[in-house]
Amino acid sequence: MSVMFMMATMVLYLTGTALFLGSLLRRSEAWSQVSLGVTAVGFVSHTIALAMRMMVAGHVPLTSFYEALSFFSWSLVVVFLWVEFRHRLHVLGAFILPIASLSLLSAAALPQENPALAPMLQTVWVHVTLSMLGAVGFAVAFVAGIMYLIQDGLLKSKRFNILYAKLPSLDFLDHLNQQSIVMGFPLLTLGIITGAISAQIAGGSYLSWNPEQAGALVTWMFYFIVLLGRITVGWRAKKAAYLTIIGFAGVVLTLIGVALKGHGSIA
Amino acid sequence: MDLIVVGLSHKTAPVEIRERLAVPESRLGEALCRLRAYSGIQEGLLLSTCNRVEVYAVVERVEEGYARVQDYLADTHLSLSSEQLTPHLYCYTGDRAIGHLFRVASSLDSMIVGESQILGQLKEAFAVALTHKASGVILNKVVKKAISVAKRVRTETKIAEAAVSVSYAAVELAKKIFSNLSEQCVLLVGAGEMAKLAGQHLVNSGVRHVRITTRDPHSALALADRFNGVSVPFDEFRREMAASDIVLCSTGASQYLIRAEDVQRAVRQRMNRPIFLIDLSVPRNIDPAVKDIDNAFLFNIDDLEMRVEQNREERRREAVHAERMVEEEVGVIVQWLKSLEITPTIVALRKRAEEIKQIELEKVLGRLGHLSAHERGMIESLASAIVNKMLHGSLVTLKAESDSASGAMFVEAARRFFNLEDRLGAGECHGLTPERACEDDPAADALSAPPVPAASRPASPGDRKGAADG
Repeated sequence: MSVMFMMATMVLYLTGTALFLGSLLRRSEAWSQVSLGVTAVGFVSHTIALAMRMMVAGHVPLTSFYEALSFFSWSLVVVFLWVEFRHRLHVLGAFILPIASLSLLSAAALPQENPALAPMLQTVWVHVTLSMLGAVGFAVAFVAGIMYLIQDGLLKSKRFNILYAKLPSLDFLDHLNQQSIVMGFPLLTLGIITGAISAQIAGGSYLSWNPEQAGALVTWMFYFIVLLGRITVGWRAKKAAYLTIIGFAGVVLTLIGVALKGHGSIA
Repeated sequence: MDLIVVGLSHKTAPVEIRERLAVPESRLGEALCRLRAYSGIQEGLLLSTCNRVEVYAVVERVEEGYARVQDYLADTHLSLSSEQLTPHLYCYTGDRAIGHLFRVASSLDSMIVGESQILGQLKEAFAVALTHKASGVILNKVVKKAISVAKRVRTETKIAEAAVSVSYAAVELAKKIFSNLSEQCVLLVGAGEMAKLAGQHLVNSGVRHVRITTRDPHSALALADRFNGVSVPFDEFRREMAASDIVLCSTGASQYLIRAEDVQRAVRQRMNRPIFLIDLSVPRNIDPAVKDIDNAFLFNIDDLEMRVEQNREERRREAVHAERMVEEEVGVIVQWLKSLEITPTIVALRKRAEEIKQIELEKVLGRLGHLSAHERGMIESLASAIVNKMLHGSLVTLKAESDSASGAMFVEAARRFFNLEDRLGAGECHGLTPERACEDDPAADALSAPPVPAASRPASPGDRKGAADG
């Protein structure tokens, strides 16, 4: 059953993505409204699928990489719907939905069985949840950064096209960028700490400098510097946009590293 | 009974004529009473703005109505003769008059397409007409519809969205850089008219902190007073720039007052927070090289003009949608007007009575079982007699009143008393009170309406349009 809902979710997210991208070319808001509706239905279906899986597994379904990516996609849509609800920012969908769909698609390419966890690894889901939520924050910052650069470019070149009309103010995008990192960073920090604890329980050492841990630490350092730079030397606006785009690329690389190493399961 | 409009607007008459005809708001009531005194005018509404003077009236005969209203307009001002006036007047009736009113209300006929004042002015004119009981069944319905059409046009098209003045275009751009203007600080450099206007627009849009600098300290003080701002000495303003989010420059200086390095320094001091610079002066006062500085956004007068032209184009595009909407809605109202005609109402009323009679007869005859032909005949003629006697008074009154001033009211009343809405007007008022029904989409209604006998379906231009839309 949960597989069926997952399939439905995928179809709905992909449709939503296509509609949202299409709405970028149209002046009227009608398309965006439809895309929003499709996404909302997809979200409900996704929630049901996750809940069913959770009931089957008997714990939060966050132990395999497949589940982690599915959860990442779900949380991203939550954030989108929340921002949409608060600011009526339809255009955000055209940027977030592709990422949500893509991560769900790549999740589908991975093995879906629940790995039987050794009892001591049962707490690994805390680490995964926190890390994934951190990644969601960075993904939103990434999207805000891209939107910022587009709007900045349009204003600089004085091209007042449909995209210009649909994108929000630079100020708003910079703020969204900052807020997302401010939310994502402590979550990643906690994710790394809990990960280290899990590693200690599993392998006896907190830090073994495998590529996953190294990637996570580099990412953490990077965002730490980005945040520090914003506060101290004014790394905001365009610079912040560029940095968060680079940062998210790092996050994605780390995740790919985890996927390859873990071959579908995390610990 | 026909609806007519006679009037002139900025499109047909120069201001010298318009100003003489214009009626100040305080005297609208009096002017309306004077209009009603002309024979043959059953309902009236006077719309007088700086761009148009129009009389909407319900008259018995169209040609006579035109003549009466023209007389009335010529009589408004002693120095105006009908010969002077007539070439500037337009006269419409029926669907064209309704369409004109809808277009006026929706600001499609305005000097600046999409402006919002006209709707308020129409509402006021309507309120005056209501207070002086100058409007009746027809005008009430048509004007209310015009107001709802105008609202629909405003919400469903973007006709009123884009800025069509240079100073307002500056505000629109500011909103694409800053999300909350009330937190921003604007620096006015120079006291040019355009800068003042743009400054005013910014303040109206929420900007609270205004700083002003001019070469002449007195005018800076005067402006500071007007905007509730602070004046800054002219030779220090470059240092103030870092604290300003928006810099509006409009002076008569012949060289660059703000150089690229000034802006570069300001951006650095602002820790890369964006700064929005508007150069309204010719020759330009801000070095165009500023455009290459990150996080500084410079727009000159040409950029703003270009934006305005794009927005005008956008409004024109939206006006096309709006025209289509108006056409659709005119069809609805024309059908309603047709339904107010006496003959279809009488036909429908008879038909309705006949139907009720037949249904009741069948019921009772079915229950009584075998009756002789004579007995059946007796019962049937009893039913007919009751129906006919009941209807007789109503039909006589309807016929008698059909040519009177309150004819439309009687027809409307008959339609509502006997629930004839679904038989008349090809269904746009199907089963609903007319006010509600006409808010609905006529195309959708046309689909859901029951088949209407050809005899009672009015064939009007509106009807044809409705059919085309459906």
